[in-house]
Parts: sequence; structure tokens; C-alpha cells
Amino acid sequence: MAFKEIELNMGPQHPSTHGVLRLKLAVDNEVVLSVEPILGYLHRGMEKLWESQTYTQIVPLTDRLDYLASLSNNLGFVLAVEKLAGVEVPKRAQVIRVVLAELQRLASHLAWVGFMANDIGAMSILLYGFEQREDILDIFEEYIGGRLTVHGIRLGGVPRDLDGPLIARIKTVLDAIPHTLHDIQALLNENRIWKQRTVGVGVISPAEAVERGLTGPPLRATGVARDTRKDFPYSSYDDFDFDVPLGKNGDVYDRYRVRMEEINQSIRLIRQALEALPPGDVRAKVPRLFKVPAGEVYHAIEAPKGELGFYIRSDGSEKPDRVKMRSPSFINLQSLALMCQGNLFADVVGILGSLDIVLGEIDK
Amino acid sequence: MPEKPVDEAALRDEERALRDRFPESVREAAFEKGELTVDVGRASLLEILRFLKFERGFSSLTDIIALDLLRSRGETASRFVLLYELTNFAARIRLRLRLEAGADESAPSAVPVFKSADWAEREIFDMFGLRFEGHPCLNRIYLPDEFEGHPLRKDFPLEGRGHGL
Repeated sequence: MAFKEIELNMGPQHPSTHGVLRLKLAVDNEVVLSVEPILGYLHRGMEKLWESQTYTQIVPLTDRLDYLASLSNNLGFVLAVEKLAGVEVPKRAQVIRVVLAELQRLASHLAWVGFMANDIGAMSILLYGFEQREDILDIFEEYIGGRLTVHGIRLGGVPRDLDGPLIARIKTVLDAIPHTLHDIQALLNENRIWKQRTVGVGVISPAEAVERGLTGPPLRATGVARDTRKDFPYSSYDDFDFDVPLGKNGDVYDRYRVRMEEINQSIRLIRQALEALPPGDVRAKVPRLFKVPAGEVYHAIEAPKGELGFYIRSDGSEKPDRVKMRSPSFINLQSLALMCQGNLFADVVGILGSLDIVLGEIDK
Repeated sequence: MPEKPVDEAALRDEERALRDRFPESVREAAFEKGELTVDVGRASLLEILRFLKFERGFSSLTDIIALDLLRSRGETASRFVLLYELTNFAARIRLRLRLEAGADESAPSAVPVFKSADWAEREIFDMFGLRFEGHPCLNRIYLPDEFEGHPLRKDFPLEGRGHGL
């Protein structure tokens, strides 16, 4: 067939763009020539809004960024404020934060594998993944009352202690997840269709990935060992043993394998944290009208999707002068064009899914 | 919350290396809350970024942050500041470069050195109206092209202006 470049539009209303993302594609028959993401359909001006709110008021607003991992957003923002204000968080609160953040990572990865498989056409995985995720959301509900946009981390610590029954419940869920994980992997790891759609698809080299600022599982799938929890430890992560799973080929399949292994590592982390819960308070005293000394700070955490950083500049008042969020989905999406070039049009959905983006934090 | 003692010596080494190499363009350096901020001149920004990337191991430009200092500096022409957040993962240190955008509200684009600067600069152009010279495709990233004004400027009202369009 003769060469003929066609422009195609995908989204903003499309079930596989995980929100309101629009992609402008140029294709030659079935092969993708270029991809241009067009953003802003969900832009709410969060950074502008935060400048008019007190620090305490901003924390629940961060829930709405990456709405599949709201506790990670809470944690990222709260740690940056605490660093700027010099708040000493009690050890017990730090460890509870590790438990909550890792539960959130489990929920995020389990939802991801479901969406991802569903995008490719394997509906049953979605149901398996969501069954376990549901149990984790139930834990959040019992802990703080929210399920999706959980406001579970506060300035100075956490809102309440983990009591015995809740710890027992977390342990029950942790015991069940490996079975689900085993089922999912038995269905997918050597599945011929799954492998055809993922192996060697959407490849990015380690050098290109670093150059484009890729972080999180997509970066580790290329074999680059970068994890903020290891490189710049926060909230007592350096007290615990865990591995950073790596891929080799930087394709969609390796991104899947890295995330599945991260589920095992998160389970390992939560178990250690629950064993090591030190006695003491779960919240430092922080006044409700919290005046943060003038200064600036950048603090990053390893969110389920990559490096989530907050830059905060204070002029000494109770409201920040500027908050800048480095959202992993936004920066990771920059690499989509390169990953899609030369691949089949039908694989764009799979590659986009493998990046694990959430439009809530891309559009801010 | 300082979880880990920050390696101030390592950061001071970076500052010294920068001063030795670019005695003209490196101005003040501030060490605060375990973070080093180095003021640099605009003329040699790209050379400094290249030096840090290829000779000092700062392989990642994590983010670019724009500030509007209208409240503290007043309605002067040079109210905008750009911050370049760099990370050296091997040495596990971060470094921040600070650049005055100056009276013409522009800066050289960092895209020739770090491809990750692309969208960060488009976002700043969209939200603050700062131009980046040499950027391959500097257009609005979030707002529609017809939008008037730049919302993150301090003189842009929170409730917006009319319909914006």
C-alpha cells in the first residue's frame, strides 16, 4: 500500500485514555508516526487555589490529584510542609504512614493491572484486581471513613492510631493478596496473547528514559534502579528491608512485571512495619492556623506512579506563597510519543495504559 | 522533617566546583534546610546545566519552578525567578539553580540539554507567560490558545477574569 499519512484523534472521551486525555496521532496505515498529547480538559488550577488556602486546608485538596492514590499525595505534601516548618513527627506516626502509603501502592497497582488487562481485552483480571483492592479500600474506610479520596495523613502525623482489630484485618488482607497475585500472574505471565501485545511493545531505552525524566515503574522497567524510598529515604523507610524490582527491556511487559513484584515488596514492607510499630503518640502538636517560617523547600516521595515532589515557598504567613507540584503522571506522559513511534496504532492503548497515568494529577 | 543528615560537605563541593568553573556567573549560594540554592547568571545557564549533567553527574532535571515575586518586589519588570531542580542519583544529592528571568520575562530554553524540560517550560509559559528562547514548540499546554492572561501571575484574580476567553 502506498504511503499515506492520516491524522487521527483519540479522546478526550475515550474509555482507554483513563480520563479526559486527547491524543493527536499521525498514522501511516497501521503504524504510528507521531503522537501529541493535548492536555487541560481537567485543569482546575489547583496550584492557584492552594495560594489562597491555609496549609491545613490544602491537605484534603491533594486527595483529588492522583485519585487512585490519595494517601500518597497527602504524604508528599505534608512531608514538604513539615520539612519547611521543622516539625518532628513521632516515630509511631512515621511507621503508620509507611503502612498507609504501601497499602495505597497495593491498591493503585491492583487497580492498574485490572485497567491494563481490560484495555488489552482480558476482562477477568479487572475483577480479580478489584476484589483485592476493595478489601484495601475497606481498611481505609474503617481507618478514616473515606475510600477513594482518603484524607488519612495530617500535618504532624496521622489522624488516629492503628488498633489491634484493624492490624489483624490488614494482616488478613495481606495474606490474601499473594493468592490473587498468583492467579493474575498465572493468567498473564505466559499468556500468548498478553505477550504478543506487551513484549517488545512501547520500548524505551534507559538513557532516553532518564533524559525525559521518566520515574517510577516505567523507569525501573528499563533497568535503572531509582526509587526515592531508597535514594532519599523519608518517613523511616530506611528502617525496613525491601528490594527495588527491575526490568530489562523497558517494554510494556517489563512494566507489568515490575509492578507485580512491587506488590510483593509492599506486602513485605507493611508486615515489617506492623511488627516494628513503636509505642508513642501518633501526632505532633501542630496549631490549626499553622504559620510556616519563611523559606523554600523541595521534597519528593515515591508515589505508586513515580517521583511525586512538592516545592513550597512560604513568606511566613499561614498560606503558602507558591506550591509547585511535580506530578509523576505529567512528566511520564512526555515519553509517550517516543514509546509509540513505529508501533502499531492498536498498541497505543496498551502503551498508554502501561504508563499508569491519572489525569487528575496531569491536569492539576 | 530531616530524616537523614544531609551531606552538606558534598553540596559545598558542588558549589565550589561551579564557582571554579564559572567564576563570572555563579553569584550567591544559600544553604537552607539541607538544600543548596545557587544563583546563576543567564548567559551561561546552558553551559552550567551541561557541566552539571556531564561532569558532575546531575543526570536528571527533576523540575523547573517559576516564581512571581510581585508581592515582595512590587511592580518591577524583573519580578520572575526560575528554579531548576537537579538530582544526582549516584551521589544522592539535589541541587537548585536560581535564575532571574529579568526585564524581558524570558530565559534560555533548557531543552537542548535536558529533554525533560520541554513540558515544564510549556507549563511555565502557559501559567506565567515567560518565554523560553530556543524551545522547539512553545505553546500553551493546559489552557486554550485563545486564553488571555497567565493565571499563576499574582495579579491574576483567583476567580478569573470574565470567561477567560
